[in-house]
Amino acid sequence: MAQSSKRPRFESWGRYPILQADLKLLNWTGDFPLPNPPATRLLPVGAGRSYGDVCLLEDGMLLQTLGMDRLLAFDPATGVLRCEAGVTLAEILDFAVPRGFFLPVTPGTKYVTVGGAIANDIHGKNHHVAGTFGHHLLRFELVRSDGTHLLCSPIENQQWFSATIGGMGLTGLITWAEVRLRPIVSRSIDYQGDKFVGIDEFLALSQSAKAEYTVAWIDCISTGRNFARGIFMQGEHAKEPGKLKKSGQPWLTFPFDLPAVALNRFTMSAFNMAYYHKQIPKQKTAKVDYEPFFYPLDSVLHWNRMYGKNGLLQFQNVLPHEGGREGMVEILKAITRSGLASFLAVIKFFGDVPSVGMMSFPKPGIMLALDFPIRPEVSFDLLDRLAQITLECGGRMYSAKDARMTAEQYQTFYPQWREFERYIDPSFDSAFWQRVTGRRPLDE
Amino acid sequence: MSKAKIPTNVLALGATSAIAEATLRLFAVRGARFFLVARNPDKLNAVAGDLLTRGAAGVATHVMDLDDTSAHPVMLAAAAENLGTIELALLAHGVLGDQQEAEASYPAAEAVLGTNFMAPVSLITWLANYFEASRQGTLAVISSVAGDRGRKSNYVYGASKGALSIFLDGVRNRIDRSGVHVLTIKPGFVATPMTAHLPQNALFATPSNVADGILKAVEKRKDVVYVPAFWAIIMLILRTIPRSIFKKLNV
Repeated sequence: MAQSSKRPRFESWGRYPILQADLKLLNWTGDFPLPNPPATRLLPVGAGRSYGDVCLLEDGMLLQTLGMDRLLAFDPATGVLRCEAGVTLAEILDFAVPRGFFLPVTPGTKYVTVGGAIANDIHGKNHHVAGTFGHHLLRFELVRSDGTHLLCSPIENQQWFSATIGGMGLTGLITWAEVRLRPIVSRSIDYQGDKFVGIDEFLALSQSAKAEYTVAWIDCISTGRNFARGIFMQGEHAKEPGKLKKSGQPWLTFPFDLPAVALNRFTMSAFNMAYYHKQIPKQKTAKVDYEPFFYPLDSVLHWNRMYGKNGLLQFQNVLPHEGGREGMVEILKAITRSGLASFLAVIKFFGDVPSVGMMSFPKPGIMLALDFPIRPEVSFDLLDRLAQITLECGGRMYSAKDARMTAEQYQTFYPQWREFERYIDPSFDSAFWQRVTGRRPLDE
Repeated sequence: MSKAKIPTNVLALGATSAIAEATLRLFAVRGARFFLVARNPDKLNAVAGDLLTRGAAGVATHVMDLDDTSAHPVMLAAAAENLGTIELALLAHGVLGDQQEAEASYPAAEAVLGTNFMAPVSLITWLANYFEASRQGTLAVISSVAGDRGRKSNYVYGASKGALSIFLDGVRNRIDRSGVHVLTIKPGFVATPMTAHLPQNALFATPSNVADGILKAVEKRKDVVYVPAFWAIIMLILRTIPRSIFKKLNV
């Protein structure tokens, strides 16, 4: 069969930057190493749901794993699922929920692959009790471009296990993995929402929260007495048996790119006001389905089109508890001053469990995630300012959500990058890695 | 038409093809038992593991090159013995071939015809007699819209599939009256490893779309199914164009 030679504009979810690459579909775990490897560098990519350039490689070849979507074994006694790396979390849920199991850790979208979840060592609303995805991995297979197969676990090839979890796909191709699912008895989540105003009320709620899942939505536009208002959301899997059927398919698709002006300070201010006042009492409890609780945006396919053709920039950081409060206030003030509105701002306490991955993002402290439509003159400056505040506070930023960190910033956030570099597959590279090692300049 | 019971004993020939795999998953979640045949043992094991995990009641595998027609009777007898009764046979192996190569050399054309037509004829001959004798069964065979009219861009592949469709028409005419369901499946463009080198466009369907169409056609005991269904209209138009015009088109 002739090899793929098209050069698609492969977009990450943030649609910035857009870089040309060849796309090679891997359908079987044995498809790699390639029989006729190209002269260019390689990078595995799953569903392409990371936001910046961590899944991109200009003039390289992307190895897309979505065809490696087989479930290889499941033990209902232990909840251990073995599957190929291109299986998405949505496919795992379709399989597991009717059998009374759930993902041990899930991000805000279920349309990511298992390989991507490992490569970015994803976290979720239960980080404070469950750690990251890496904590629930029993083992996985890593295939290097020289044909070496490494079985990696906390006891076998331990250093490769650690380098690959959060290793941004650079250490080799993950072909399959074993992950331990957690039991549930119902699709339902027992939910509680508490409105707060100001960062101190958020901190108090975070410290007293008992639930397995906690996260807060925060308004980054309002100033004055509404500054840093939000809703603190807690949830637990329902303890009484309920429905366990699989989810329906989303039927809404965002049909076209909105013009860039559509999301502006006024529309987002209106959205934030509506969202805040959607809940009328100070505290509300309800039984909700897991889909809207974990994946509110997944019900609209291609929601990134809402940000128009220019795409969106994400910012996600964590600041240590020590000085974190002041740092977050400074960040929120910088955002309101910039006049750039963030639509989906989320703030949460990370737990103290040390990550398994050498390059994992989470560490103890306060985590903030934001997104902005791209207006180069303003948003690039603002992101740089936010990165500087993060740096001064001793925090760090998340590679899977970044398109703008400088090499200097990254290397301060992740001083272990030199050690990690030794584990990178000699044939692999990424646009992100080129940028944070100073080999690719940022566009102005 | 009333819905038939979904077959639970399934023989899959070319079980590692993307369309076959997607279709078999739909039967696996319904608890089917499988006898899977394909050439590559590693791929076959991966598919078997997947079907078992998804809920198959049992999976047996048989590694062989289906071009080797002399080995068909032994394999088919083993399948019948393993499954007890074959209730559904899905023929899904095939090659796209390289049209230019096949234009230039007869051996290349012969290879396409051998895999896409002669091997199925051997399998269908055995299976038609088996089903006719047991007065039950569904024979589902993947042909192609390309077999509806010869086009300069792929007429060797098209001829192999067109011949297969005609052969199936005849077999149906013979054994339908014995209670055997013969289903000719005509997929349009499907995004599979077989077509990965072609530029993809809006007409491309996913293997899982196609699988849904196949399952429905089995349930409804259809004779011929275009998947996705809009291909029935496209092919109707394509077949209706007068030959005097068609021969000048670049299709």
